[in-house]
Amino acid sequence: MLNCDAAVVGGGVVGAAIAYGLAELKLDTILIDEGDVAFRAARGNFGLVWVQSKGIGCPPYSSLTRRSADNWPRLAAQVKEVTGVDLAYGRQGGVHLCLGEQEFKERSALMKQLKAETEGHFQFEMLDHRTLSELLPGLGQDVVGGSYSSLDGHANPLFLLRGLHAGFRERAGRALINAPVHRIRPHGGVFDVEAGNETVRAQKLVLAAGLANAKLAPEVGLRVPVHPLRGQILVSEKVRSFLRIPTLHVRQTSEGSVLMGDSHEDVGFDDGTRPDIMVEIARRATRAFPFLRSARIVRAWGALRVMTPDGIPIYDQSASCPGAFCASAHSGITLAATHAFDFPRWIVAGELPPELGAFSARRFDVH
Amino acid sequence: MFTNIGIRDRDFVRVIFEDQEIMVPQGHTVAAVLLAEGIRSCRETPVSGAPRGPYCMMGICFECLVVIDGEPNQQACMRHVREGMSIERQHGVAQIGPDANAAQDPAE
Repeated sequence: MLNCDAAVVGGGVVGAAIAYGLAELKLDTILIDEGDVAFRAARGNFGLVWVQSKGIGCPPYSSLTRRSADNWPRLAAQVKEVTGVDLAYGRQGGVHLCLGEQEFKERSALMKQLKAETEGHFQFEMLDHRTLSELLPGLGQDVVGGSYSSLDGHANPLFLLRGLHAGFRERAGRALINAPVHRIRPHGGVFDVEAGNETVRAQKLVLAAGLANAKLAPEVGLRVPVHPLRGQILVSEKVRSFLRIPTLHVRQTSEGSVLMGDSHEDVGFDDGTRPDIMVEIARRATRAFPFLRSARIVRAWGALRVMTPDGIPIYDQSASCPGAFCASAHSGITLAATHAFDFPRWIVAGELPPELGAFSARRFDVH
Repeated sequence: MFTNIGIRDRDFVRVIFEDQEIMVPQGHTVAAVLLAEGIRSCRETPVSGAPRGPYCMMGICFECLVVIDGEPNQQACMRHVREGMSIERQHGVAQIGPDANAAQDPAE
């Protein structure tokens, strides 16, 4: 039996951020990870710290996203200081490119809506082709313009995952790896988590197990209706740095690789790749930046986003088992700062604040 | 460090490694002939400039990148030598970018 103050189930970027924050607050924390049989959305994502387009029609989500994006510089600096891992984070702003007038019009309407809904806290500019070309050299003629927000940025998601794990251990956190959770037994105000060959007894429990949250949540009186939504990514050979500002479909890493992505497929638990989707991703990327046609693709993969029915994260606490919380989000990179700095404080307080009510899974209950 | 084995009956071809002509066994990979010639480092990394050389010899690690016939980022372990082939070290990242493209092909 391993005793601890808090157990976090899920060693992906959501669970690792929460565990990192709990350890910073001096909670004796055990991070439980299934091992490499897990779907690992945290190892397949694009690396945007993205504010524009998050929370349209749901102002609390936009607000939470901005808050996390605002705290990202502090997170990157802290992880660097504690672990030496450089997250390659930059807040240069970000661009959503529009191919064609129709896309531009629709994008403009969405951005205006978001600005109105957030009482002007969300800031953006619609830029035409010419203005955009000054920010993004090599822009193709098919790009009529795009939405720019100075709130956006990007980072290396793998270094983030590594940095959070290293920071957690640096702060005396314990990690239980290759330990799939078989059962969770709440009793007498504590949680016995049977994971691998161990039982972890925790005062507080956080479920951050990605798609597995759907299965684990009912054991502590929670409901987390998440489903997989596949995204595929293509990675080019390293080329000369040309793209300082990330876009939704194309970004260049600090090392020079060009990442291309943003596909959405509902294909169940299949995290493979499909040529027709890869062709579509490459086509869009090369329309945006025609010179990419001469760059070779060296890697491609599929990964499963953790999607809720409405695309908005689920943060909840159990009514029947106080001390049990869950966190499910598809934007684990953008929200990492909130998961590391805010969520742990709420867990220590024993209660999610009222402004998080919008994220409860109770919103899916039939009224 | 590396010794050629079983090349007695092979034909040789002439390749040019950075202005230096070398005779190498036909059918060998570029990575193999570089190692056999004692050329341990074939590129410098884009970020820190650290020297790198062939490692996995099977197309996985991308450590052995070289410029072949002017084409950057070629995996030396996945290419066979050819008569007259030009091989150069890869210094940092490939010079592919917006400017190069504009010069090449403004049409389409």
